Amino acid sequence: MLPKLFFGYFAFAIIVLSLLVITRRNPVHSVMWMLLLFFQIASMYLFLNAEFIAAIQVIVYAGAILVLFLFVVLLLNLREELLTNRFISAWPVGLVFAGAIFAGAVSAVAAFVPNFSGQYTVDVINRETHTKALGQALYTDFLFPFEIASLILLIAIIGAIVLAKKRMRS
Amino acid sequence: MPLVMPDLKPITPEIVMTCLALFILVADVFIKRKETLALLSIIGMAAAAFTFALPGALNTTFGGMFISDGYSMFFKIVFALNVILTILISVKYLAVERVNFGEYYALLLFSTLGMMIMASAGDLIVLYLGLELMALSTYILAGFIRYDMKSNEAALKYFLLGSFASAFLLYGISLAYGLTGTTNLDRIAMTISEKGLAGKPALTLSMIMIAVAFSFKIAAVPFHMWAPDAYEGAPTSVTAFMSVGPKAAGFAVIGRVFLMAFPMVRAEWVAVFIPIAIMTMAVGNIVALSQTNIKRMLAYSSIAHAGYALLGIIAGTADGLASMMNYMLIYAFMNMGAFAVIIMLRSEGFKGDAISDYEGLSKTHPLAAALMLVFMFSLTGIPPTAGFMGKFYIFMAAINAGYTWLVIIAVIFSAISAYFYLRIVMNMYMKDPKETVTLTTSPSMGLALAITTVAVLAIGVLPAKVIYLARVAFP
Amino acid sequence: MPTAYLPVLIFLMVATAFGIGALVIGELFRIKRPYRDKLMPYESGNAPVGEPRIRFSVKFYIIAMLFVVFDVEAVFLYPWALVFDRIGLYAFVEMIIFIIILLVGYIYAWKKEAFVWD
Repeated sequence: MLPKLFFGYFAFAIIVLSLLVITRRNPVHSVMWMLLLFFQIASMYLFLNAEFIAAIQVIVYAGAILVLFLFVVLLLNLREELLTNRFISAWPVGLVFAGAIFAGAVSAVAAFVPNFSGQYTVDVINRETHTKALGQALYTDFLFPFEIASLILLIAIIGAIVLAKKRMRS
Repeated sequence: MPLVMPDLKPITPEIVMTCLALFILVADVFIKRKETLALLSIIGMAAAAFTFALPGALNTTFGGMFISDGYSMFFKIVFALNVILTILISVKYLAVERVNFGEYYALLLFSTLGMMIMASAGDLIVLYLGLELMALSTYILAGFIRYDMKSNEAALKYFLLGSFASAFLLYGISLAYGLTGTTNLDRIAMTISEKGLAGKPALTLSMIMIAVAFSFKIAAVPFHMWAPDAYEGAPTSVTAFMSVGPKAAGFAVIGRVFLMAFPMVRAEWVAVFIPIAIMTMAVGNIVALSQTNIKRMLAYSSIAHAGYALLGIIAGTADGLASMMNYMLIYAFMNMGAFAVIIMLRSEGFKGDAISDYEGLSKTHPLAAALMLVFMFSLTGIPPTAGFMGKFYIFMAAINAGYTWLVIIAVIFSAISAYFYLRIVMNMYMKDPKETVTLTTSPSMGLALAITTVAVLAIGVLPAKVIYLARVAFP
Repeated sequence: MPTAYLPVLIFLMVATAFGIGALVIGELFRIKRPYRDKLMPYESGNAPVGEPRIRFSVKFYIIAMLFVVFDVEAVFLYPWALVFDRIGLYAFVEMIIFIIILLVGYIYAWKKEAFVWD
């Protein structure tokens, strides 16, 4: 009962906070709600025994990426931003699609087979600690995706410099 | 714990590409003449292409995450051709647009590396990372002309809708993982048949999500909204690059994922792709009729061609896949050729991307007009050009698989497409020139045009060789 | 459920209650006599000049972006350090490749003067 209660709380809080993020007129307010949202998501990960992911959620998302968001918001002209409409005129269409996907997801949930467990069960993770179990999987079985990830990070560096760095025309 | 060193022979081309792209990135800082970088990129890319044929190259490695087989090799050849032709047509163009920076070549190579990883992906996580590597590099390239608002807009639209597609893909992957407990394509197929998951709503939803994500990448209707704006605004050489590369990569993963991981639910995904293919051919060809900008027109044409190629996937037979692969190769040549001519018309202070700019081109520049004529004929699918052969094999494969009615629809839309392709030809040959157009030519551009023209005509006259290559490539 | 984190939950609840409680009690008991000068934004005793919402320079963005990238790189080091003794040389080589690729990015950013504030 208690786990269900916790999960229900997190799920509800995440949905409400997400709605607040997308409906605020002032982008700074959106970012602040998003901060709270990230903390709720981190708690959700913690609740699901994923300690490392929860820590990353706080360090990287709440700590670094949100600061990036704030910088971008500060690059905008807030005066003008506050006057524009929050949603494009076709938003009901989007709502219909979102509803359809939601209905599809709800009907799909019934087909899930619960208690499916692989190599890393909750017991194994509790014994090993989550970070160690994650490292074990990442640096043996998933080393190839890990190396590709470094290339994607490299692209992020190039992108920031190509698109934002002041330079002379050739 | 003793760990076995993974077999690196199958991924040698990717390793060479990574080193090459990193080298170009660093060399950019020290080399002032950016044309040198272009030359180095082409030589390096050709060297990487030679490693395709090394002994032991055809194998599976990293525990089934990376599959190097004939299928992926064929696509890697298409990607290598795509990037080499793109570099050839960009050298002068970048100088005209005043964005002659070395990062351009590095990003092209990283994007190509992403496509190569996609074509070889045997695992959904590797597939996703390859897709992101390809897409992120292309987003940056689309916004490469920073002082041009249209280029910025193109990059932003491409990025927003691309990330939207990524979200769909991740939803689909997580559902598939939740159902089967693995992200490996082979093992997903095994678990589906062992546990009798076929027909479960969750699996269908996962399959639809993945299909939607890939439809974004190949710009199939109704997930094509980004394409016209992104194609029009991006630098023309990048438009050429992204109308061939990411599309071919998208088809490579569609073929891989749906035939390898979801063969058990074939009837369901065919039911998803048939309406998408029909809508894609209809919208692409009909909306292209009313375009006045040639880049926008070719964007819709590119949408329509995705529709034809989807017929090969729907057929689902070895012939169908081989004809789809073949079509991608032919499309690479004819589309690159058409964009090369468009780039030639761009000169200092003259955009040259309006269809009316082509009026009377045959009188001022007969050779350029003749080349454009060949590419337009090929895109329409008129013999003896490669475009005809590409369509012919796709339609044959679809008819043999029992989709005659679908082929009839495709032929009707193909006939409609003749109107807007031949309108360019008519403009060039039957109208008088309004203003004198100066062509921006360079040796590399000439080489690119020579390669594409010869390929389009040679494949049109002697198609057997290519078809054979694609046919043996497919396991 | 990770019951080991129960103290953290209790701590969070007490901290939140304490923060909200302090504000509520202050609101209830303090004397409110607002006037114009008191409501002005505090600018170290000077009268505020100009618009508070100024646009930031895009230079901040590059720095923030580079920070995020190297932050994520550092994140990968945590689980790596924990399993290093088990995997050994194999893990070492992997991480060296990972770091070399990002080192190229670092050299590139340095040479492109991304760290220079001009």
